[in-house]
Amino acid sequence: MDGAHDLGGMHGFGAIDRSQEEHFPHAWEESVFRLTLACGMLGRWNLDMSRSARERMEPAHYLGSSYYEHWLHGLESLLLEKGLVTAAELSGDATVAVREYEPVSADKVPEILSRGGPTEMTAEASARFDIGDRVTIVNEHPRHHTRMPRYIRGRAGVIVSHHGAHVFPDVHAESGEKVARHLYGIRFTGEELWGADCTEPLTAVCVDVFEPYIAGLA
Amino acid sequence: MSPPGHDHEHPHHDAAPSDIEQRVKRLEDLLIEKGLVDVAAMDELVDTYTHRVGPQNGAAVVARAWTDPDYKAWLLEDATAAIHSMGYAGRQGEHMTVVENTDEVHNLVVCTLCSCYPWPVLGLPPAWYKSSEYRARAVSEPRAVLEEFGVALAPDVEVRVWDSTAEMRYLVLPRRPAGTDDLSASALAALVHRDTMIGVALVEAH
Repeated sequence: MDGAHDLGGMHGFGAIDRSQEEHFPHAWEESVFRLTLACGMLGRWNLDMSRSARERMEPAHYLGSSYYEHWLHGLESLLLEKGLVTAAELSGDATVAVREYEPVSADKVPEILSRGGPTEMTAEASARFDIGDRVTIVNEHPRHHTRMPRYIRGRAGVIVSHHGAHVFPDVHAESGEKVARHLYGIRFTGEELWGADCTEPLTAVCVDVFEPYIAGLA
Repeated sequence: MSPPGHDHEHPHHDAAPSDIEQRVKRLEDLLIEKGLVDVAAMDELVDTYTHRVGPQNGAAVVARAWTDPDYKAWLLEDATAAIHSMGYAGRQGEHMTVVENTDEVHNLVVCTLCSCYPWPVLGLPPAWYKSSEYRARAVSEPRAVLEEFGVALAPDVEVRVWDSTAEMRYLVLPRRPAGTDDLSASALAALVHRDTMIGVALVEAH
């Protein structure tokens, strides 16, 4: 999805503000963080669905709101979509019914965090490309969640690593199905991405690219 | 950019709660009442990432790599196994790659699409890492970004930016500063700050 979240290379932003060192300068931000992680542990959605829910914010709203507001929007959207809360409950217009669920308890948290969510899988198909291959990225603009940033589409780069096969986010965000796709590290020169007249000298960007995002050898 | 309604000054606790504060409070109360979340579990989550997991873990990895050539070779070959062997595993650090700064290459890490960051070795990302400014600019003008952070690189040093677009997380192995040959691994670790492992700062001998 070509949303406002796909920021790589966008112009017009100013200096980077490094003044804020606290993780949660406002109490509500800490609440959004803990609620998001705790609800994620319910297992009703996956990380790609969380990302997708944040990315679907209306672009002006996304750019005009703070980081944890993106998370809040994503969490509320998922709770509604999965039927765990109603819009009336969220707006405070409905009386909350009795306790309906069994939450993840504190004693389970360390194990859940240390397990994490590994995404490496065994792929049925062998890798189509080798390290050293120069390949071109597809120029496609899917409406659904994707981890193919706009700035690499249609561009050519050299494969510098093969990370094995991992859960393909485009499908995982839509249906939850874990489909294995080979994942490569691809190195693009600044000239290729931004143009010879516009790039800084001697720069390169390495991007992790799933095999379906690759059109073929350049 | 300062988003509307986002006050970077200290909040006034006696002021009326803002719309977003009320919205979050309502959500939290609702989820607790329904039994979807547990307060003690949420306290545990926050405690983990504000007190126990942080850049001191990454600094220990870097200092060990500087003092143990076999470990460094393992770290560059299979960062996931080498880092997990030190007990730094789990959420947002399931798959790791370590990229080494040298005389020829300086590495810089970003996530242009969201805020992917290696939590087990660096903790939660700083605010600037998640900002639109950093996410937009790090890939297209990394030298200007580095200059803003006070890092001046020679023109013949390649800047290599790593955009964390999948579940691979990146840690920069900074260059060991000169004059630190006599330091122990723990003394070296004290020199290694968070920003040096993102690639926006160089390690300096104090």
